[in-house]
Amino acid sequence: MREKLSLLRYVLAGNPVTLLALVMLAVLLGCAVLGPSLVPYDPIATNTSVALQAPSAAHWFGTDQLGRDVFSRVVVAARLDLSIAFAAVLLSMAIGSVLGAAMGYFRGWLDTAASRATDVLMAFPLFVLAMAMVAALGNSVSSVVYATAVINLPFYIRLARAETSIRRDMGYIEAARVGGSGHARILRVFLLPNILPSLVVQASVNLGWAVLNTAGLSFIGLGVRAPTPEWGIMVAEGAQFIVSGRWWIAAFPGAALMLAVFCFNLLGDGLRDIVDPRSRT
Amino acid sequence: MAFLLRRLLGVVPTLFGVVVAAFVLTRLLPGDPAVFFANSVTADAATIEAVRQKLGLDLPLWQQFLIYTGQLLRGDLGNSIGSGQPVAVDLLRLLPASAELTLVAFALAVLVAVPLGIAAALRPGSIIDHACRLLSTAGVSLPTFVTGLLLIYIFYYQLGTAPEPIGRIDPFAIPPPAVTGFLLIDTLLAGDSEGFVAAARQIVLPAVTMALFALAPLARMTRASMLGVLGSEFIRTARANGLRRRKIIFSYALRNALLPIVTTLGMVFSNMLGANVLVERVFAWPGVGSYALDSLIALDYAPVQGFMLLMATIFVLVNLVIDLAYAVIDPRTGLFQHA
Repeated sequence: MREKLSLLRYVLAGNPVTLLALVMLAVLLGCAVLGPSLVPYDPIATNTSVALQAPSAAHWFGTDQLGRDVFSRVVVAARLDLSIAFAAVLLSMAIGSVLGAAMGYFRGWLDTAASRATDVLMAFPLFVLAMAMVAALGNSVSSVVYATAVINLPFYIRLARAETSIRRDMGYIEAARVGGSGHARILRVFLLPNILPSLVVQASVNLGWAVLNTAGLSFIGLGVRAPTPEWGIMVAEGAQFIVSGRWWIAAFPGAALMLAVFCFNLLGDGLRDIVDPRSRT
Repeated sequence: MAFLLRRLLGVVPTLFGVVVAAFVLTRLLPGDPAVFFANSVTADAATIEAVRQKLGLDLPLWQQFLIYTGQLLRGDLGNSIGSGQPVAVDLLRLLPASAELTLVAFALAVLVAVPLGIAAALRPGSIIDHACRLLSTAGVSLPTFVTGLLLIYIFYYQLGTAPEPIGRIDPFAIPPPAVTGFLLIDTLLAGDSEGFVAAARQIVLPAVTMALFALAPLARMTRASMLGVLGSEFIRTARANGLRRRKIIFSYALRNALLPIVTTLGMVFSNMLGANVLVERVFAWPGVGSYALDSLIALDYAPVQGFMLLMATIFVLVNLVIDLAYAVIDPRTGLFQHA
């Protein structure tokens, strides 16, 4: 543990960008947890007397067409966007890693069938697939979670399968088998913990995609619905005011979105450096 | 040739899966199409039942699927309720707009990303390298719809250099006679230089938006792959033998670094097909993405199904081309011997 911590400190010292990403993540999580109790205005209370005001001391990010405070909405939206992303990524990591590990370990018909299914999933442009799935499952937040989980699934399945395949015939697995461990125990105790680090790196990058995906879906009117504060919806609402020069309605939620995705991407890179220093690019 | 055939046959199960997935997904779509076709929500039960029988919606699902595949094989994708036209006709009419946008953006991304990646790999740690890193990290974080709006704000509202984001062509302009459906080519064929400039001005912002998004993974992969190859021993030998720098970089290093770059090209292209929907929405671009989205929101499922099949088919074909490109770039991959 001590060794890990000193390695972490060493890596962070040589890589200030990852440190920056960690700070950004802390800010984002802070907004998500404490946001609703910190913001100065009710994010859904309308007040048309102050509609469409430019950023000022009273309204840091300005107000939208219904007089809602953009700053409060951006901060409060962090909770919804991040929870959708985390839920979707956890779901697909849990299912994908177990399925992928089982495919790589047992091979046979399970592997063939599931590989084919993964190929089919990957044959669709993923955003298009997510769009159709949300429409099919019903226009709700839980559909967005399921759709995002499904489009991320192939990455975990392939990763877990590949990582298990190269380990299944290694000495220590053989030893475990000789020692009387059953398949389930080998998978759970010896294989999954070993493939976990690369899965976590993948998860970090996928969190960024999941946030983008969620916002993209609500931007086109799928999933989260107005007046719920959500970054994608806010950008969509602000889009019509861009051509008349009222940039702040779309720009601030857009910037928040960018920041979140940027943070997860940097974090993924940083984690990859720690887990697998050889693959640094 | 045998390889080609085998590879083509390998596409069949995937395409079949794609058809099944598209069928199942769109059958799950909420809303009863029979009610729509009966043209009234208040139509009485008997009318709806009659329409349902006419559409074959009362049959068991597997029979519906057989009928559907039969129609597909005849090139019949069903009819759109919104436009009243066969979906295949609509898609063919709108595809050039999307294809033009995607291809221009793709070309732009490749033309910027590959030289940038090579330059960054040649001088690691230099300003170009940092610029490349910044661009590739920022690029993946930029949601296309936000970049698009940002560009509109800067270039249309602030600077006034870009035209209003209202599609491919000024609504009052006369479109050139359609030959290829690509406005940039059609205007040139018609000798209409003014029209060409107008079309080019319309396409610049959406294409840049998409290219920015596609640039990042491409530049990153080019840099990583070139860096790996440039560090290898045969490059050192080539250098020691006094070969010209240009020759080393382009015919020795780049050729060997090309394989992962081409793989990324395929991935980027697929992502662009998905991003199309968002970019077309922001710029009111009249392509297949907008068409599918409008249909999706109107619960008109035949166009959505057609769109998904079209996208998946294009993607499967792109992958096929990439596999063939592998074999051309690197004969050692041995694809021509065994699939």
